[in-house]
Amino acid sequence: MKRAVQLYGVLTILFLLVGFFQSWSVALATLNLCLISAIMALGVNIQWGYAGLFNAGIMGFAAIGGVVALLVGHAPVWGAIEQGGAGIALSFVVLAIGVVAAAILFRCLKGVLKYTLPAPMLVVSFVLFRQFFVPARQAIEAYDPAASGFMGGLGLPILFSWPLAGLAGAGVAFLIGKVALGLRSDYLAIATLGISEIIVAMVKNENWLTRGVKNATGLPQPVPDGRLLQQQTWLIDLVTWMNRSYLEALSATEQTAALRLLVAEASSIIVKLAFAGLFAAVLAGLLALCVFALKSPWGRMIRAIRDNEIAAGAMGKDVAWRHLQILMLGSAVVGIAGAMLVTLDGQLTPAAYIPLRYTFLIWVMVIVGGSGSNVGSVFGAFLIWFVWVQSEPIGYWLVKMTTFWMNDTSPIRTHLLEQAQYFRVLMMGTILLLVLRFHPQGFLPERPRRNRQSRSVGE
Amino acid sequence: MDNLLNGLVLFLNFVVVPATSYGAQLALGALGVNLIFGVLRFSNFAHGDTMAFGTMLTILGTWALQSAGFSLGFLPTALAALPLGIAGTILFCLAADRLVYAHYRRQKAAPVVFMMASMGVMFILNGVVRIVIGPNERNFADGERFLVTAQQFKDATGLLEGVTIRTSQALTLAVAVLAVLALFLFLQRTRTGAAMRAFSDNETLALLCGVSPKVVIRTTWIIAATLMTVAGVLYGLDKSFRPFTYFQILLPIFAAAIVGGFGRPVGAIIGGFIVAFSEIALTYAYRKVVLYFLPGSDMGDSLLQLVPTDYKFSISFVILVVILIIAPTGILKAKSSS
Repeated sequence: MKRAVQLYGVLTILFLLVGFFQSWSVALATLNLCLISAIMALGVNIQWGYAGLFNAGIMGFAAIGGVVALLVGHAPVWGAIEQGGAGIALSFVVLAIGVVAAAILFRCLKGVLKYTLPAPMLVVSFVLFRQFFVPARQAIEAYDPAASGFMGGLGLPILFSWPLAGLAGAGVAFLIGKVALGLRSDYLAIATLGISEIIVAMVKNENWLTRGVKNATGLPQPVPDGRLLQQQTWLIDLVTWMNRSYLEALSATEQTAALRLLVAEASSIIVKLAFAGLFAAVLAGLLALCVFALKSPWGRMIRAIRDNEIAAGAMGKDVAWRHLQILMLGSAVVGIAGAMLVTLDGQLTPAAYIPLRYTFLIWVMVIVGGSGSNVGSVFGAFLIWFVWVQSEPIGYWLVKMTTFWMNDTSPIRTHLLEQAQYFRVLMMGTILLLVLRFHPQGFLPERPRRNRQSRSVGE
Repeated sequence: MDNLLNGLVLFLNFVVVPATSYGAQLALGALGVNLIFGVLRFSNFAHGDTMAFGTMLTILGTWALQSAGFSLGFLPTALAALPLGIAGTILFCLAADRLVYAHYRRQKAAPVVFMMASMGVMFILNGVVRIVIGPNERNFADGERFLVTAQQFKDATGLLEGVTIRTSQALTLAVAVLAVLALFLFLQRTRTGAAMRAFSDNETLALLCGVSPKVVIRTTWIIAATLMTVAGVLYGLDKSFRPFTYFQILLPIFAAAIVGGFGRPVGAIIGGFIVAFSEIALTYAYRKVVLYFLPGSDMGDSLLQLVPTDYKFSISFVILVVILIIAPTGILKAKSSS
């Protein structure tokens, strides 16, 4: 406990330093992403720390959450729905009927028929699906392509999307887990890696649904609008009062200009603070749930399964079902975080989903923080995201220092300066390997040390 | 008759020829994955990025040779720089093994911990490759571009459609066949090869019989690094070099390895071709081929493309899922070392 307080104290000091020496806006922006990353890390920790499941597709689950946020929050584009909404709905009904019928046949039939009947059935339903789907999609994408070209969403308050994103993440995890769990541990990793690539490809290319790489902007915000805030007299008064000594020193014209800048900054800080409050509430809730769950009989069972699957199975625990449950729970949490991220951005940016940032960085957070430890994962997320943000300037500085003897026009130096941003990738890899090797229990280890030992040493 | 031939030639040109060279590249990659899996017993997530690393070294060597005015005539210069790339990758793999994986072997850690460590190695390679050569596309193929151009083929046969065979494609096949032959001869005919097979079949028994784990593991890394570099360079020559695609190719390679059964060299080759042929055959637009076979058939504007190219990864994935459902040990029954 003492260690946790100390480490979080260090984090607080780091944020305060950024606030004082860089700007409060930067500090809060970093904090918001730290909070979201912490939720993702919690989700990964549920899978890896509680059950030893390797999910290499965190990016995909975050993207699902993002799409759900879009589909719930964005205003519907009625014109596009009139053009192709019915066709899209019809096509998916056809596909669903075909898939369900094939699944039933697959379950009921035996022998050769088990494979020979459902397969052509799937093909036929897919062809029929395309028959309705393709014209509908074209119609939707042709509708005002410069501004929309997609169906939009339900136009509901975007906060609704957070729990729904959790459900969607759990649903996809269920499908993956059904196929890949219970086999070798590698298969789950490979299957999740695959599904995440596919999900991101869909988010990028299914323009009728997500507007693809044209980015769907204009999502509603669950917090006060910054621009409206700037016109509030109480805010202007407050800013004037807080900066009175600075403003008094200026002339009248300078005063209005300076005041405008200050008010704009203050409003952006208020918006970010509101987001931070929301995110912190979600994180606190989830963290509390995780801590209680791990202490409960359920948590003991889960840890027992992790530490010795065979023994737990012999005691009558349904290992396969518990693993599936864990995979779904963790993915749900990641999905929620994905929806929160899109809510914060106010837009869905499909091109931003890269595995390095959304899958492997989260892994580093969990390992560094302490796998199996909820408080540790959250700490790891804060620390690693902080380092990730701050290490870009460090990379430039390093390159500048190591190449100072070179000519300014030297091609090697200019090339290295261009690629300096990738030093942080190198640094993350090094941190991951060092922690894994010398401190595998992480900064804030899971409480009972003997469990940790037995697991890192072998099955 | 001519129509049929034209259709066939078209199919040959756009599906069979590219899928054959792509399949050979995947097979080489999957062979490496399988070797590491068989001997070291983990799925190497750094595989794609190690391929990128080896290719990068080869590209740097190629540039050096090119600026020195060296050329292999109609063959790409990269072939001369390949030994350099292989040597560098071997050194890297041996260093990574000593610094990273050896520790977990001593601890007898679970496979999943090795996988995690390989992710760290992947991160490092990812950074190194991007710092040295940048994230952008690099084309390093030179020499004679085509072995058979479409025009030559048309002139020779009098058909409307032509078959193009790029030097890189022919080279891929030749090098892959040579590499696979050498690998099989090594595994079957040499003492170290036999030791490797024994080690992968039953580690304890092999150790009892006096097989040196050091030698086996070192040899595995050397062979795997060679295969990775060769696969990476051939892929880069055939398409082009871009670090991110080398990460993405991990999925088809894993799919190929699983299709054939993890830890099975022959399976890796079959798996590589299955994945490559499905990927290219399903993403090809058949409109023109069908028009040749059934002239005058009405298809509307449809391109008759079963799967859009953007979703080519979903094909590897679907193959993977089907194999996991139907035959989780692969079509050739993988070793059940879990």
